[in-house]
Amino acid sequence: MDFQFSEEQEEIRKQVRALCSRYPDEYWRERDETGEFAWDFYQAVADAGYLGITIPQEYGGSGLGITEAALVMQTIAEGGGGTQACSSVHLGIFGLEPLIKYGTEAAKRKYLNKVLTGETHVSFAVTEPDAGTNTTQISTFATRKGDGYVISGRKVFITKARESKKMLLLTRTTPYDQVDKKTMGMSLFFADIDPEAVEIRELHKCGRKSVDTNMLFIDNLYVPKEDLIGEEGRGFYYIIDGINPERILVAAECIGMGKRAVEKAVQYAKERVVFGRPIGMNQGIQFPLAESYAKLETAELMVYKAAWLFDHGKPCGKEANIAKYMAAEVACEATDRAMQAHGGYGYIKDYDVERYWREARLFRIAPVSQEMVLNYVGEHVLGLPKSY
Amino acid sequence: MKILVTVKRVPDPETTIRVKPDGSGIVTDNIKYVINPFDEIAIEEALRIKEKLGGSEVVLASIGTKVVTEQLRTGLAMGADRALLVLCDQELDSLAVSRILAKLVERESPQLVLMGKQAIDDDANQAGQMLAAVLDWPQATFASQVQLAADQASVQVLREVDGGLETIGFSLPGIITADLRLNEPRYASLPGIMKARKKEIKEIPVAELGVDITPRLKIHKMDPPVKKIGGKKVETVQQLLDLLHTEAKVI
Repeated sequence: MDFQFSEEQEEIRKQVRALCSRYPDEYWRERDETGEFAWDFYQAVADAGYLGITIPQEYGGSGLGITEAALVMQTIAEGGGGTQACSSVHLGIFGLEPLIKYGTEAAKRKYLNKVLTGETHVSFAVTEPDAGTNTTQISTFATRKGDGYVISGRKVFITKARESKKMLLLTRTTPYDQVDKKTMGMSLFFADIDPEAVEIRELHKCGRKSVDTNMLFIDNLYVPKEDLIGEEGRGFYYIIDGINPERILVAAECIGMGKRAVEKAVQYAKERVVFGRPIGMNQGIQFPLAESYAKLETAELMVYKAAWLFDHGKPCGKEANIAKYMAAEVACEATDRAMQAHGGYGYIKDYDVERYWREARLFRIAPVSQEMVLNYVGEHVLGLPKSY
Repeated sequence: MKILVTVKRVPDPETTIRVKPDGSGIVTDNIKYVINPFDEIAIEEALRIKEKLGGSEVVLASIGTKVVTEQLRTGLAMGADRALLVLCDQELDSLAVSRILAKLVERESPQLVLMGKQAIDDDANQAGQMLAAVLDWPQATFASQVQLAADQASVQVLREVDGGLETIGFSLPGIITADLRLNEPRYASLPGIMKARKKEIKEIPVAELGVDITPRLKIHKMDPPVKKIGGKKVETVQQLLDLLHTEAKVI
């Protein structure tokens, strides 16, 4: 057993921290106010090579694992940028795995370099209004036409569609009622977000204002067959591959946000004097923060265990799900307690903890709800009957 | 052009420093270490010169135990080409440091030595000046701007001095020590971090250099800084003058 991060991993943490220190809370507070995408932060992350962290070296990336990617995401969240910072780069950091694993050589040569330089943003268009987590029920459909496909349908909760030129788009190519196995008959495309055929309607959210979330109305979008990833009909399996790494990264982001919130609260509790002494002297302030810190440290262990398993090619579904569940729970609790420790000021935007609190809340819902994670644990880990 | 940059491992300025109860030193448990921030500025300046001129080499030099490798790797990740680590587990005063560095300069023959103006741990602000003396080289300390001549044979340095700015020039080789406003050091990129892994850190046992490192200084006692007490508001100028006279005893 080895719980030690390597020198190189520590160095990555240190350098990401240095990068993020140039984008302090004020920067993110302003983004939260105006909703303007963090272009300069995004470009700085791209220029420093982090968007290519898991892209193989032969395509210009660094070929590192999910462990390193998780360290990067946790450190970014810890820097105070929370989900606004993380989600602006999240997909660049890991989302292209289906293309890397199943895309053609030509497609990889054509696109990966543009993604890692930050030039091409990519969205992940899977979820639909009438299917939700029940992905096999999606109805967006790709019909063969000439040398390609014509796609129509609706997608929801699509992050960064406004900035993106491309999207990983999951559609049915065989209707649900005509397949033997419900997970078959779906195909994955690396499609253009062509404004002629895709209408983007932004949804207004509780937090993470500068990273847009959208409804997509896709109407006769033509996609050439070169942009089909892997085999027609097997798209669901390509997506499934990325689910565990995504949970690991999201969990790492939660840990980062939670730790940031505790750090802020600790600093405040040391400085704020009421009744003639710093409020941090009171156990009513100390204990919740100490407990949250302990929980964050514990959840962090599960995050890196899951990452380690994934990077060593071992099954990690149990660990990735539990890491996401625990990290989201403790991050929400920690940000809430950080607000409480701040008293009335915690509710004031200038103190930033309310922003962390609004943002952390997302991860009890996305990318999968806590309840669905518990369903997974109940059914697949404990062996209880399927409940839904 | 070959540039030698000195790197000292120091406690992170953001760490809280505690003095040992017996005053013999600081408590080193749980302390994070970093490159001395002024040395980081020196590295940045060397890298900028290298990037401007092309065909240059930036060599880092440090003294200490193997743990210093961590800081040297950071410097290599920023873009330095290779590093020298003089292995020595003894506390060194500035004179010993400058004598060791002089030996490295003899071996490497750089045209320029860039150093931090001082290390933030002991704040001695001596190594650069002493190295210049030992080598009999020209020096420009507290540099806030460095301008290399087109023929690369001389340099002009802007220095922040009391009451203004001073520009001095000298022929190379020479020594420049970096002040805070010289530049803002870069953070290393991920490819930089990956490349640093393969760069050479040459270890040189201090004995091999044949330098007299016998300490000339002895630290008798360390004390934590006196705790600051808050100020107070007074109503009138007269009251202020009275208090400055009777209480603060400064006028």
